[in-house]
Amino acid sequence: MTGQTVGMITVDRLTKTYGGYKAVDDVSFTCRPGAVTGFLGPNGAGKSTTMRIMAGLTPATAGTALISGVRYQDIPNPGTQIGVLLDASAQHAGRTGREILTISALTMGLPMSRVDEMLELVSLSPRESKRRVKNYSLGMRQRLGIANALLGDPQILILDEPANGLDPAGIHWMRSLLRHYADRGGTVLLSSHLLHEIEVIADEIIVIGNGRIVAQGTKAELLSTAGTFVKAGDASALANALVTAGITASPSGDGGLRTETDPATVGKAAAVAGVALVELRPAEGAGLEEMFLELTASTQREAVTTEGAKA
Amino acid sequence: MSTVTIDTDRPSIPLSRLVKVELRKMFDTRSGFWLMMSIAIVALLATIGCILFVPNEDLEFGVFGQAVGFPMVLLLPVIAILSVTSEWSQRTGLITFTLAPHRGQVVAAKAITAVIVGVAGMVVAFAIGGLGNIVGSAINGVDPVWNISFLDFVLIVLANVLGLLVGFMLGVLIRNTPGAIVAYVAYSFLLPTIFGILAAFQDWFKDLQPWIDFGYSQTPLFDGGPSGEEWAQLGTSGLIWLVIPLTVGVWAVLRSEVK
Repeated sequence: MTGQTVGMITVDRLTKTYGGYKAVDDVSFTCRPGAVTGFLGPNGAGKSTTMRIMAGLTPATAGTALISGVRYQDIPNPGTQIGVLLDASAQHAGRTGREILTISALTMGLPMSRVDEMLELVSLSPRESKRRVKNYSLGMRQRLGIANALLGDPQILILDEPANGLDPAGIHWMRSLLRHYADRGGTVLLSSHLLHEIEVIADEIIVIGNGRIVAQGTKAELLSTAGTFVKAGDASALANALVTAGITASPSGDGGLRTETDPATVGKAAAVAGVALVELRPAEGAGLEEMFLELTASTQREAVTTEGAKA
Repeated sequence: MSTVTIDTDRPSIPLSRLVKVELRKMFDTRSGFWLMMSIAIVALLATIGCILFVPNEDLEFGVFGQAVGFPMVLLLPVIAILSVTSEWSQRTGLITFTLAPHRGQVVAAKAITAVIVGVAGMVVAFAIGGLGNIVGSAINGVDPVWNISFLDFVLIVLANVLGLLVGFMLGVLIRNTPGAIVAYVAYSFLLPTIFGILAAFQDWFKDLQPWIDFGYSQTPLFDGGPSGEEWAQLGTSGLIWLVIPLTVGVWAVLRSEVK
């Protein structure tokens, strides 16, 4: 274990092929301790396959996925060191929620008090915990899955679509939970096919499409590339002012303009020309969404019109 | 939690703990629980059937033993099959093999658990049969006849454990519940028929049969115990029909994708 990899998840040139189909194609990235890393991509982009390889469930065709420099299979009693949630619905429908946690706790050699603690943490009532999982809603299964991942008090979390099926309050709860984990120095990797979820939870974002990494960086980095949205009462005066200042801009719905330049420069240019602005803000959400849609357009099942995102 | 590290010196999960977990998993669902209970229930029904329908002068422990033993030939392998295939069909393997990534150890724990359940099941079934023998004799006003020795019983248990392991092997090899059960039925009913026909019409096969027909080579277990040569035949046929396919199955499980 070198100093560089301590606590980190390091995926290096990972490839998984099924017949001739490359589900994961030369993927490299790292997740560092103290941060929540979001793994973003449309359905079938290769997120789950990558995460299954990390947890030693799927053999890689080429490349490695190491946790703190160690192969998952070489970690003794891994549940006490890495919390994994791969599919909340992959449960024996006939077991009660409590029983599922009990089995995991027994396997890891934990005291049974951990089961009650985790049930309380994920807000599954004693009554609910004694019901069979086939009677659980997707949100309850997700909570149970998260409880199962946290059971062994791990410092590293790998969660595949943990927010799927949670109600808004549940998503808020999970966000603070993962934030707390990362703030205490833990390493958190979570995947989602929903941009908004990743945007509110993650510090660092990895975007995957068609098995390939299409973008990665801190949220700030990815957002800063989105530029500025600016709007004035007199649209043509604003356009002229920007041209004069040497700023290229393009129309962006609602009579506003979008530019790659930062808001401060754009504001100055407008002030110099004496143009009164109605709106001046970083084009953040829309910018990332636009990027996500564009970068993954070829892998989307539906035909995507980026116009909608620009508007 | 100041720095995140992976502790590679932590003790790994002992096999005994996995056996305990697997044993629990056999009972903790309604279907699993009743499958286990069915051992006792079927044994009880078979025993009552013996008392009701077998002519009084023929009622002896051997008859009860045969009656309670027969359903076990199907029940025990099904229990063994389900313990393996449910990890795939119910997708619980996603958690099982994440918490215990050494799959060979998990398979070993499941095999040990299945054998424990098989032996315990046979003891329960024969205890119920023995009770039937006492009750039946009392009804007839005669002394009960105990014509199964302890050695006989051990050999019968051994034969049933072999059958259970065949089911286990098919579960590991096929990893699909209906597929493995159908394969078991074909294995235990179709295969002996084919061997029988072959032996009846082909002289060269007749001498070979005991060495390669696993069902045939098990018959001495129900008939006072195998001779030295018969043990050897049990070994060679068991190697062909149990050990080799189980090895292939375990090898496939170690390399397969759990999803």
